[in-house]
Amino acid sequence: MPIPEQRRIIFRHIDEPGYTNDIECYVRNGGYEVLKKAVTMQPQAIIDEVKKSGLRGRGGAGFPCGVKWGLVDRKSGKPIYLIVNADESEPGTFKDRYIIHQDPHQLIEGTMISCFANNVQQAYIYIRGEMPHGARILERAIQEARDKGFVGQNILGTGYSCDIFVHRGAGAYICGEETGLIESLEGKRANPRIKPPFFPAVLGLYQCPTIVNNVETLCHVKYIAEHGGDAFAKIGTPNNTGTRIFCVSGHVQRPGYYEFETGKITMGQLLYDVCGGPLPGRTFKAVIPGGSSAKIMRFGERYKGKRKVGADLVDYDWGVEDVPMDFDSLALIGTMGGSGGVIVMDDSVNMVEALANINAFYSHESCGQCTPCREGSLWMKRITTRMVHGNAREEDATLLKSVADQIPGRTICAFGEACSWPTQSFIAKFGDEFKTYHETKKARPTGALDLV
Amino acid sequence: MNLKPETLQRIDEVITHYPSKRSATLPLLHLIQEDLGYLPPETFEWVAAKLEIQPINVYDVVTFYPMFRQKPIGRRHIKVCRTLSCALRGGYKTCAEFEKQFDTKVGEISPDGEVTVEFVECLASCGTAPVVLIDDDLHENVDCAKAKQLSDQIKKEAAQRR
Repeated sequence: MPIPEQRRIIFRHIDEPGYTNDIECYVRNGGYEVLKKAVTMQPQAIIDEVKKSGLRGRGGAGFPCGVKWGLVDRKSGKPIYLIVNADESEPGTFKDRYIIHQDPHQLIEGTMISCFANNVQQAYIYIRGEMPHGARILERAIQEARDKGFVGQNILGTGYSCDIFVHRGAGAYICGEETGLIESLEGKRANPRIKPPFFPAVLGLYQCPTIVNNVETLCHVKYIAEHGGDAFAKIGTPNNTGTRIFCVSGHVQRPGYYEFETGKITMGQLLYDVCGGPLPGRTFKAVIPGGSSAKIMRFGERYKGKRKVGADLVDYDWGVEDVPMDFDSLALIGTMGGSGGVIVMDDSVNMVEALANINAFYSHESCGQCTPCREGSLWMKRITTRMVHGNAREEDATLLKSVADQIPGRTICAFGEACSWPTQSFIAKFGDEFKTYHETKKARPTGALDLV
Repeated sequence: MNLKPETLQRIDEVITHYPSKRSATLPLLHLIQEDLGYLPPETFEWVAAKLEIQPINVYDVVTFYPMFRQKPIGRRHIKVCRTLSCALRGGYKTCAEFEKQFDTKVGEISPDGEVTVEFVECLASCGTAPVVLIDDDLHENVDCAKAKQLSDQIKKEAAQRR
């Protein structure tokens, strides 16, 4: 595959010299024209375009946006709410920050189009607490949009009204889980709700039908409303349409955010050609492709099997470098595209120490309502921390795996999976390193980087 | 509760954003904390009365979210990111440098009362790791040299105030 060019749709104006986050600049660049067009359309027609586009949610799960909207209970007579999930918290992910800071009106326009399509009269942007400037920028931008008649009462003289308020989180990762987010917006602890019956589309905010969409997803809706679902579906690859923003961090020469057509670039092209390869004198050891909960990939391993290309089943034999960066290919090899956060580790990293870092995160962030997750994440952290700072034992690998295996499928929300996948995959891919850590740690160079 | 008039005004305004008053719990706690620097014990009763809920409901929230604190902190709040992408780029060294600069330990107020250094989870700026949030401002690519530079700046501002 030739190295593709970046295709910046969402990030079109990010880092553009002279581009500012005020409404004048946005309007000068064609802003709110799509909203003006959208409010002349039938709401159902917009929903149909989003369905046609094949847009999949960019928050992590990759659930089709049109299907999500299709599940909304429109017969209950209750108000429908839309919540923008701007709680960007999955380690390795940092795309929404730039949209919010540099191009907030793009998000507001996408939100208003989505609200109009779904007959929403009240939307909230749930932004994480650690982005105070982002919250202020959004509040100012919403006020500018209100003053110009794009948000609030009687939008563009159509008689349709919808307001947006910004709601700040307070440092809890679990608020990114949509039902936890809803609980938090109701003023409670962010304990996720059990599904069924509490599917947000039916029983969401205040027990009303609720749509929760990621920042990037809503920006894509704006593009779809402008160009149509078919045009969007032509970008990317089948079932993985549109562009994706990859956030690359860790041990590469040029970390950062890169927007490509989904599935048109491989992991190898992204890391070597786009990000400049490993740091001087180093080689790549492992990469986490979709936020820290995604299962790790080990450089040198091969993925083989059959996959569907159109109607045919074809053989594939990929190294890490060959894997196309799309939802389906990454799922096929046993990991996930998740939130697009690519974390790279080179040969200086010890995998026990890297896992100890990740386990400390998930242990800190478990909401605590389900025993397997609360206790399991804690024990995985304790074991890996002890291995690094105390006595490591050969049998720790087996012990860790036994704890991790007892969590997934036994919790209310997907955090159970999220916290166990790192341990399961690190042990599966780097089991030897865990078994011999009690020996190798003796030879740990002084001054080596601490990870936990 | 000795809140500034503008805080009270903003509290009354933010309650109108929600059909249910209880939803304003987090916003109110943020506003009170911004005004007073922390959430004193009377917060629970006060917010509960304002939102027509029980004090335990407020306590529940304060003890769940890491950003809410029930004790004062130093004049400046330094939050160093601890999570993987920052750690891979030297986040632990950065945190140690701040501790050294202010002769303090993570989670404690420095002896001069100037800063509280905290080691927090992912700040969502992994591409410019290691990152540090000082009060409301994000600082990127904070290696030890930059940590020292930021510390010197804080010390300079402190000296000017005295």
